[in-house]
Amino acid sequence: MLYLSVIVLIPLAAVAVKAFSGGLRSFWDAISNAVALQALAVTLGASLLVAAIGAVMGTIVAWVLVRDQFPGKWLVNALIDLPFALPTIVAGLTLLALYGPDSPFGIHLAYTRAAVLVALLFVTLPFVVRSVQPVLIELDRQVEEAAASLGASNATTFRRIVLPALGPAILSGAALAFARSVGEIGSLVLIVGKVQIASIVIFADIESNAAQAAAALSVVLLTLSLVVLLVLRRVGGRVAH
Amino acid sequence: MRISRRATLSLRALALLYLTLLLLLPLAVVFARTFEHGLAVAWTWMTTPAAISAFWLTVLVAVIAVPLNTIFGVGCALVLVRGRGRGRPLLDALLDLPFLVSPVMVGLSLILVYGEQGWFGKWFVSQGISIIYAVPGIVIATIFVSLPFVVREVAPVLIEVGDTQEQAAATLGASSWQTFWRVTLPSIRWGVAYGVVLTTARALGEIGAVLVVSSNVAGSTLTLPLLVYQRSSQIGAQSITSAYAAATELAVMSLVVLLAMTLLGPRRREAQ
Repeated sequence: MLYLSVIVLIPLAAVAVKAFSGGLRSFWDAISNAVALQALAVTLGASLLVAAIGAVMGTIVAWVLVRDQFPGKWLVNALIDLPFALPTIVAGLTLLALYGPDSPFGIHLAYTRAAVLVALLFVTLPFVVRSVQPVLIELDRQVEEAAASLGASNATTFRRIVLPALGPAILSGAALAFARSVGEIGSLVLIVGKVQIASIVIFADIESNAAQAAAALSVVLLTLSLVVLLVLRRVGGRVAH
Repeated sequence: MRISRRATLSLRALALLYLTLLLLLPLAVVFARTFEHGLAVAWTWMTTPAAISAFWLTVLVAVIAVPLNTIFGVGCALVLVRGRGRGRPLLDALLDLPFLVSPVMVGLSLILVYGEQGWFGKWFVSQGISIIYAVPGIVIATIFVSLPFVVREVAPVLIEVGDTQEQAAATLGASSWQTFWRVTLPSIRWGVAYGVVLTTARALGEIGAVLVVSSNVAGSTLTLPLLVYQRSSQIGAQSITSAYAAATELAVMSLVVLLAMTLLGPRRREAQ
């Protein structure tokens, strides 16, 4: 408990105290200026989009890994964890090399919002796949066959049988991907250019000794991601029943 | 569901294409860039004094952070699963904080507490110890961000294993220390190992929190990820080559981590 306090709890409390050190007014000023609002909007938008795309593509990838058979599947399965193993700065550099000014394919995404999206999709890829995969393995195929034998089309079976079973896993994976995206900096720091992302704005504030503004923005960011997580968990719980 | 051959193939193609574009292609480009001037040039960049000291600092940080978090993680998992205290749900919730907080906020929080003007920082300064912009700050930041991995891996295994064997050991007169070493630890070892691998991966690669608390001076407080960042944000062909070289070092390390994850992954939930 002492370890947790010294390393995690006391420092986080210090941020909260600092955020309100100038009173409510300066807290409000720090988060309501144009740069901060813009950064929060871009960050939230990008994170929600990443969670949505990640949910769809992650489910497809998990489906292929569980239900499909093809040579080399174990290798693909192992590669899914790559974004967790690879340092995020390397992920950023790889995307810069691929889509940057020296792109070998002439694709210039770097320093745009699209690049931010690609980087976030990269680092959050395993969340949905790894949460859907075990559920899909456990899923009883007899129920699906029963539905089909009763005349349900594939689309109906998927919507009525498979999706409700996978729903909570997809949502919890997407929630983790969202939380990760909101705070992500390592993979973005090289490719954001002039796109203002909340974590980058906080970093710039710290560098320019504006600790109070940085603290205020951090607190808002953490609150927002907690709220979204709680909502997603609530929805996930409802789907499960 | 009976899915037609064509649908199966197109789903497979879609999944593989997505993974290739997102994962494989970028990584291949970095390896290609590192070795485009030949192996010797890449090796020269990997063995510059700055690169060597960054390498050893990265290893040092991991060597300190990983064992501390492992001991804490196993202890915490025991408290969460086997304990009877009332604070357990609170502890459980608090343990998720390091995953929820932005790494930049982690760095900021450490500056506010351990920096020169910080709550505890003033005392450390008067003792002549500097934490922020020095190695201890990097170590603390790394511990912070990689804290929950071991707990989150070990706790489910502990639940799975159950406590009948531990009770049997206790009935036969084993002390709790003996029970832990002879019964509990062997049955959770794969879970612990997997948690250690995840902790190591994060410790080696952390940049966000470390970026804030490091002074970015080569040779003293620059870890490999920071070296990659610093060199790739400088202008010029040479610095970008050295960034690619350091990135390749990290990528090789992460392939080792990935191999360990693949080998340990299936075994971690097995109760012995």
